[in-house]
Amino acid sequence: MSAAATTIAHEVPPQAGPRAFLRRLRSGDEIAHLITLTFSALILLITSMLVYELWVNSHLSRVKFGWMFFWTRVWDPNFDNFGAAPFIYGTLVTSAVALCLAVPLGLASAIFLSELAPRKVSDVISFLIDLLAAVPSVIYGLLGIFIVVPLMRTTIGPALIHTLGNVPYIGALFHGPNYGVGFLTAGIVLAIMVVPFIISVSREVLLTVPREQREAALAMGATRWESTWKVVVPWARTGIMGSVFLALARALGETMAVTMVIGNAPSIVASLLSPGDTIASTIASQFTEASGELYLSSLIELGLVLFLITFILNGMARILIVATGRGGGRPA
Amino acid sequence: MRKSLLVVSLVLGLVVAAAAQNGTILLNAAGATFPYPIYSKWFDVYHNAHPNVQINYQSIGSGGGIRQLQAGTVDFGASDGPMSDEQLSQSKFKILHFPTVLGAVVPTYNIAGVSGELNFTQKALAGIYLGTITKWDDAEIAKANPGVKLPNADIVVVHRSDGSGTTYIWTDFLAKVSDDWKNKVGKAAASVNWPVGLGGKGNEGVTGLVKQTPNAIGYIELIYAVQNNIPYGKVQNAAGNFVKADLPGVTAAAAADAKNIPEDFRVSITNAAGPKVYPIASFTWLLIPAQIQDAAKREAIKDFLKWMLTEGQKYNEGLTYAQLPKDVIARETKAISLIQ
Repeated sequence: MSAAATTIAHEVPPQAGPRAFLRRLRSGDEIAHLITLTFSALILLITSMLVYELWVNSHLSRVKFGWMFFWTRVWDPNFDNFGAAPFIYGTLVTSAVALCLAVPLGLASAIFLSELAPRKVSDVISFLIDLLAAVPSVIYGLLGIFIVVPLMRTTIGPALIHTLGNVPYIGALFHGPNYGVGFLTAGIVLAIMVVPFIISVSREVLLTVPREQREAALAMGATRWESTWKVVVPWARTGIMGSVFLALARALGETMAVTMVIGNAPSIVASLLSPGDTIASTIASQFTEASGELYLSSLIELGLVLFLITFILNGMARILIVATGRGGGRPA
Repeated sequence: MRKSLLVVSLVLGLVVAAAAQNGTILLNAAGATFPYPIYSKWFDVYHNAHPNVQINYQSIGSGGGIRQLQAGTVDFGASDGPMSDEQLSQSKFKILHFPTVLGAVVPTYNIAGVSGELNFTQKALAGIYLGTITKWDDAEIAKANPGVKLPNADIVVVHRSDGSGTTYIWTDFLAKVSDDWKNKVGKAAASVNWPVGLGGKGNEGVTGLVKQTPNAIGYIELIYAVQNNIPYGKVQNAAGNFVKADLPGVTAAAAADAKNIPEDFRVSITNAAGPKVYPIASFTWLLIPAQIQDAAKREAIKDFLKWMLTEGQKYNEGLTYAQLPKDVIARETKAISLIQ
């Protein structure tokens, strides 16, 4: 059947045949170039329009509060006094907690799945992990409310207060009233949410490391672990960092799951067990009922601040990748 | 198969054409989430009785409803708090307030070893939410609850984290009964700078936190408490009586204050006078432009308002909303003629 089809294709005049098609494809380079360029320019356009909109609509708040917006600890819609400090703090702390928990967990899982597990097992587990990445965040919020929060209040929280709470310096992080909701709980829920991203992307990257790299290391007398940790992981470094920053971006911008477990009390306190609030969760909670012009403008400026934080952290990530680029592995 | 498809599409086409000829009037509205269940019921029932009028309501929150109305993207709005003088003066056109139903807010709590209904004095509620009363066995709480063994435990205060009409009513009450509250936290608002406490998202979030956290207190809408069988406390009213919130008590609050309700219906009825009045109650309003250019839309809105004030009110109690008092209905019926 297919043989017949090919014969027929050869018999038709060249204009409509495969050669003409090929020729068009060759000149199609131009078209493809144009289409892809347009689409990537569109991304740039969307980003700049986003920033422009945030900038213009936060005008009132920027004029009124200026740089003080970053340092003011009060968020008072009734007396029109707004500051982002507690929300910036909450956003950074919860994301840091999430990464501290998720990166070791995610990286170890990715190494196991790509290097040690049999391929079939690895594929099945990866499929399940990809499914996890698609679970809506409100589900993770419910998981937090029904499992993590009670566990934090009755077991983990008291345990932390009685052990780490007595250690000098670190102790400040684990003391005070323990409601079950707070920075640590939000960080744990975020960690559960972002770990699939780290595992999934890191595993793919680790799998692309050329076989020769591993074989060369083993031939030099390295053990399997040495070959993995000193050759394979450094080779995949850029991709792994990419997965970590994808995870960070999700943690920074998460609204629903965070607002359900963080306690929503804007405050700057050392204890991770205290309730706090984040930028994204505040915007999501208060935007619909925000009535005053300045109130609305300040909420939009919060969005601008979140954008700025993401921008700075991403920039730092790039610098980190370049700076660590000389430690061996694939040239960055 | 193909023939029947053709017939179906022809019939559909005719129906659509007929509808277009009859002039289906599509009204867009947006606003408060608190009355959404009754509004969607009303709009549905009204549409069945008047197939040519279709009302599409988005429950995006009172603030959003006011903004959309001012921007002219909806035909009318809805809000749990009356618009402020400032907001009215900022609008390019005159906006009328029409009370639709009444709601109330109740305190709910979870105290180890206390199962009965607690009485809350006005001072106690204000003190707890200001953070000046921090223990359950505080004298202000104990004196209203003789015979109840209150624990010497820290009170965990829970409030709404999202801006909401419920918070508006609650803070309206606290600002009226406590000067400290009024000075420190300010007037009624959908979200305030809470002196103490944890925030929960929505009635369900507050209820969840109160249920889970020992020695917690929170505030929720009466209808949410009734529908979900959540126990709640009695609150002292202006006459000094402890009243448990129920629908007649809420209507009583409005009826007691009916004489004081101004021409434009922008009134707060928290802490109203009267022995049976439940003190934490409020109207919720539809916001209608005073001038509507499109004659068909204008007549449809006026007719709906008339229907809402008569037929519509019958659906209230089924959905646990309190009915409007008769005086208010009579005055609103007159006010409909202001729409031109």
